[in-house]
Amino acid sequence: MTLAEAIFLTVITASTPLLLAAIGELVVERAGVLNLGVEGMMIMGAATGVAVAIVTGSSLAGVLAAIAAGMAMAAIFAVLTLGLAANQVASGLSLTIFGLGLSGVVGAPFVGIQREGIGKIPVPFLSEIPVVGPILFRQDPFVYLALALVVGVSWFLWRTRAGLVLRACGENPVSAHALGYPVLRIRLYAVLFGGACAGIAGSYLSLVLTPFWTSGMTAGRGWIALAIVVFASWLPWRALIGAYLFGGLIILQLHAQSAGVRVPSQFLAALPYLITIVALTAIMALRRSGGSVAPQGLGRPFVPDR
Amino acid sequence: MSAPVPLLEAEAITRRFATLVANEAVDLKVMPGEIHALLGENGAGKSTLVKMLYGLLQPDVGRILWRGKEVSLPTPKAARALGVGMVFQHFSLFDALTVAENVALALDETAPLAEVSERIVEVSRAYGLPLEPKREVWRLSVGARQRIEIVRCLMQDPQLLILDEPTSVLTPQECDGLFATLRTIRGEGRAVLYISHKLEEVRGLCEAATILRLGRVVARCDPRAETAGSLARMMVGSNVGEVRRARAEGRAPVRLRVDNLSLASDDPQGTSLRSVSLEVGAGEILGIAGVAGNGQDELFGVLSGEARAPEAGNIVLDGEAVGWSGINARRRKGAAFVPEERLGHAAAPRMPLSDNALVTGHAAGGLARRGFLDRARMLGWVDAVTRAFDVRKGPRDPEAASLSGGNLQKFVVGREILHKPQLLVVSQPTWGVDAGAAMLIRQALIDLAAGGAAVLVISQDLDELFEVTDRMAVIFHGRLSPAYPTGELTREAVGLLMGGEGFAAPREEAA
Repeated sequence: MTLAEAIFLTVITASTPLLLAAIGELVVERAGVLNLGVEGMMIMGAATGVAVAIVTGSSLAGVLAAIAAGMAMAAIFAVLTLGLAANQVASGLSLTIFGLGLSGVVGAPFVGIQREGIGKIPVPFLSEIPVVGPILFRQDPFVYLALALVVGVSWFLWRTRAGLVLRACGENPVSAHALGYPVLRIRLYAVLFGGACAGIAGSYLSLVLTPFWTSGMTAGRGWIALAIVVFASWLPWRALIGAYLFGGLIILQLHAQSAGVRVPSQFLAALPYLITIVALTAIMALRRSGGSVAPQGLGRPFVPDR
Repeated sequence: MSAPVPLLEAEAITRRFATLVANEAVDLKVMPGEIHALLGENGAGKSTLVKMLYGLLQPDVGRILWRGKEVSLPTPKAARALGVGMVFQHFSLFDALTVAENVALALDETAPLAEVSERIVEVSRAYGLPLEPKREVWRLSVGARQRIEIVRCLMQDPQLLILDEPTSVLTPQECDGLFATLRTIRGEGRAVLYISHKLEEVRGLCEAATILRLGRVVARCDPRAETAGSLARMMVGSNVGEVRRARAEGRAPVRLRVDNLSLASDDPQGTSLRSVSLEVGAGEILGIAGVAGNGQDELFGVLSGEARAPEAGNIVLDGEAVGWSGINARRRKGAAFVPEERLGHAAAPRMPLSDNALVTGHAAGGLARRGFLDRARMLGWVDAVTRAFDVRKGPRDPEAASLSGGNLQKFVVGREILHKPQLLVVSQPTWGVDAGAAMLIRQALIDLAAGGAAVLVISQDLDELFEVTDRMAVIFHGRLSPAYPTGELTREAVGLLMGGEGFAAPREEAA
């Protein structure tokens, strides 16, 4: 394996949790809900995933538990913002703080316990292709899942009626309600999907990337996932680009540090957010004659008049 | 032959919201092949009633019959399955989606978009409602948006079409097109339930009318046999007066002059102003007619000081160039402004009325002194506006958002007029306001002008402009026609100007 191949591999593994969480949040925001609790849902997924995997000895059980944990966190958020029409920003922020705290409790008995990570599954034949094969087709199942999600979500949002209804709820919940669509239920499903994705992303951290638990191990990846959604201007394939770009930056940061490049690590850590701001400004400038980029109903609570 | 069965019948419908009775024992009968008018003031309960007929709300008491059989309408889907279609007053469209996607959302069966597009083209051709399925909605004019709503209803093959104030946003020519479509629909044996404030239009179009007042049915009639005056009397329950006009003739000094003002719009979807010039004299009301989105918002913004004019001399107020002055500087010179959007622009929804009085009164209204608020005077101001303009509200100082649209409109107009401004710029002064309140507001504008103020009224309501203005100009694609004396204008002439006749061909075509 050449050095370039090795770097590509690490970029892919660094990008996958970002992509998983971002694609979930993208669906949530397309439905008009801003869930800033991605970091909290993700770390709960990480803690629960590794805990259950250690207790049961099964990685699959760990992943399923992580999904359940992410969805449970999302359900709390849904009760607050959809059921009680609470402010979405405040609820999301508190979800993150809550998740960071609770995950410490869940993970406490498992600190420092090492276990075997989830292995890679080579795709028959395709993984034999020189250069590209080992990079793209000799990966762990999460990488395939993340790519499948990009394709699936893209297809769902633009090729299915359910996806059209979901986008409609994000654009104009009042009209969607007037047409007879159950806006709150659709938003609930979207929020739960976002929670599940964040949970999987978290389990990737604790079961694959670094197969043990340390508190606070998400290290801001949930926030980067949120930035990716904005960077992607709410389009799944752009989220793919964003995730790999930002994942690449994380790796670049590590290599730069070890190579002794005299760039402050804080600057590199801030780069994803800077790029998001620049990208957003560029998109707005390019769309000067166009409509707005974000879903119109994003972040606004909706209460049906019954 | 037995008596024909009504297509839709509502029997003794009652619906309450907390303590408010929106509908009480309302009966309504719509026959097949009939255009039936539903009339009433703001808050008479028309919208509540049709929402129940469309399954958006449930009646507390009473039953709904469809072709003589009792039905329940738990959802709009159930109503659509029966054959009820509805065109909403505030369009229920999704701006970022295409025409075809918007239509597909309203269809109950799943169909591929390509097929939906084909059917849109078919239906729009059959009823004379031109539409392009692939266009995104935000690119379309208000008239085209309404056509989407109608087409998407017609694609369900409805037997009853409900239209909630469909003409309030259309030019006279667009209205004629709509009426032709409605007559085609009636000709096919379908029924139309038609909500409107415009009584002349109802008289010309409808064969039957049910009139609501305070949630009860007060009259049923054949509008063709009534006059606009008698219909208004039934709606309001008393005589609606005519506004009084008494004014000295002769040229008064010019208070506001706009001189060759061109301004590119910040908003990508906005309209740029192109060499707009106008003059308003003391004691005069100048009206600006035009279909929404032709530069009215931009003109209002630059007149009020929310946007800066390219040159200070573009706007002259009492002889002083104010094009670069802020809104407070203009207020201190005796100007006042009432924007079109009452909630969110004219008033902060979650703030009490007293704070909202302060919002425009802090600079020149004496409501603040040396940086401190004078709460007593603010409340006194609210009371004064309430008295003078008959603002109906529960508590003394409620949140702006809790007032009904018409009452809030009376408040935001009254708040400015009580300052006795030397110049009042007002946009859509009576938008969505019932006949009685509209008359009150229009009379106040006329009285203000009679007291020597210059008044500029931007409105889409031609009846209103003909009633109150001395001179009238039309805005189209950001350009303003010359102002003509109102007495010399006809409705048709203004309608043609609103559609762009008589303006030189614009250099760049609007996308």
